[in-house]
Amino acid sequence: MGFEAWIEVSRMDELGRQDTPVHRIDARAKTVTTLLFIAIVMSFPRYEVSALTPFFLYPLSLMAIGLIPARSLLKKLFVAAPFALAVGIFNPFFDHRTAAFVGAAPVSGGWLSFASILVRFLLTVSAALVLVACTGMHRLCAGLGRMGMPHVFVVQLLFLYRYLFMITDEGARMLRSIELRSSGKASLRFRAYASLVGHLLLRSMARAERVYRAMQARGFDGEVRILHPTPLRWSDPAFVCGWTAFFVVARCWNLADMLGALMTKGEL
Amino acid sequence: MNPPVVEVRDLSYAYPDGTKALQGISLAVGPGEAVALVGANGAGKSTLLLHLNGYLMPAAGAVLIGGTPLTRETAAAVRRAVGMVFQDPDDQLFMPTVAEDVAFGPLNAGLTPDEVERRVTKALERVGKSHLRERPPYKLSAGEKRAVAIATVLAMAPDVLVMDEPSSNLDPRGRRRLIEQLRSFGHTRIIATHDLELVVEVCSRVIVLDGGRLVAEGPATVLLNDEALMLAHGLERPHILRHLHPH
Repeated sequence: MGFEAWIEVSRMDELGRQDTPVHRIDARAKTVTTLLFIAIVMSFPRYEVSALTPFFLYPLSLMAIGLIPARSLLKKLFVAAPFALAVGIFNPFFDHRTAAFVGAAPVSGGWLSFASILVRFLLTVSAALVLVACTGMHRLCAGLGRMGMPHVFVVQLLFLYRYLFMITDEGARMLRSIELRSSGKASLRFRAYASLVGHLLLRSMARAERVYRAMQARGFDGEVRILHPTPLRWSDPAFVCGWTAFFVVARCWNLADMLGALMTKGEL
Repeated sequence: MNPPVVEVRDLSYAYPDGTKALQGISLAVGPGEAVALVGANGAGKSTLLLHLNGYLMPAAGAVLIGGTPLTRETAAAVRRAVGMVFQDPDDQLFMPTVAEDVAFGPLNAGLTPDEVERRVTKALERVGKSHLRERPPYKLSAGEKRAVAIATVLAMAPDVLVMDEPSSNLDPRGRRRLIEQLRSFGHTRIIATHDLELVVEVCSRVIVLDGGRLVAEGPATVLLNDEALMLAHGLERPHILRHLHPH
């Protein structure tokens, strides 16, 4: 993976600054809805796949209304995908019990739970990414602060995000200088690598110190403030309630099966 | 003479490893005065600057801003009075947009949203960068970043502007604009720099540091013209002064 994929993090900031109906929804409303979404998706039994599919409506509609291009989200999904694969990949080997039929072909419980893990991964990670892309990290953190999250955690989160740019920047520059002096040999010797990581840590600490100093010079006291804190409008509770109602309905009834039955048999 | 806005009395500081960074520095800067802090690398310029807004506390001696001694209790008030422009604008700009970055200080000072907005607009106008308002800072050129960094400090309406190497990394046009701006500010200005030509144009007085000690102090044109003094402390006589003659 190149550094560009990481640097794309800045793209999330640009997306977060757009002005669409989804962006205008208060950060707190979106955070609560997304957390609820993740909790409900994770609450499904392990073999469930079809009942999960209606939940794609949430991230997809936010993406459509919030003008979030699928490409930039997919890229980030792929970065995280190996983790989900690692979690689920052994299920098909251990669980051979037939749990369902696709047409006439039996499907083992292992494959079904593996599929379920992947679908859940897609749903939850894309919802979280869409939340950041539709809100912007800074507004999101300010919202978390206003919801009563301790300042220490809010500031940690914000800095983690901010320093990501700096560390990748420093790292990219150091790699370039190593490449330029390694006479075309691709291999990065272990000792050089160890020293690179050590230096990267020291450099980013020095920079973090300077950034903090600059923030302090401008009166930073641990509270994240934003220029235009949005007051709660009627659309914010409506957003939370509307989606919550949908999540609950989709959790209690398998909407995908019902739709299938309606299409094939013309009855529920 | 007016009472000094910035006063440093017998200030000493040693880094935790024992390196003596400052030894017995005393100086006073009057209201509206522009003073340059010059000296070779490691002379103690940056360390001295870090004392002026309370990032470092005096180990021995005292720092007085507007007559108030700098202590842990007064540090917040001192930071409002002393605006610090750091050497690397990337360290100073970290918000998603220029406007939000300029608003950072005023918001922390607890001003009303209207007042913050007014300060942001005014500060950006002052540095001629109103058109960059909604741009993300990391996409600006070095010159634009520097101007915005100065705006972030102006928005806090400080009495004193402290700058560390303000002309570093600027192209000639950006540097020229910076010089015009620095000349036009009515603030008390303390500028640490190696750009001695800038000093000649902006500052009336020069303080020379070497090895953590104050070795010379006087009118800019006199001190900088003293070739022996300049060479002795790792500096040089600015080219501009060699050609300074009455027309």
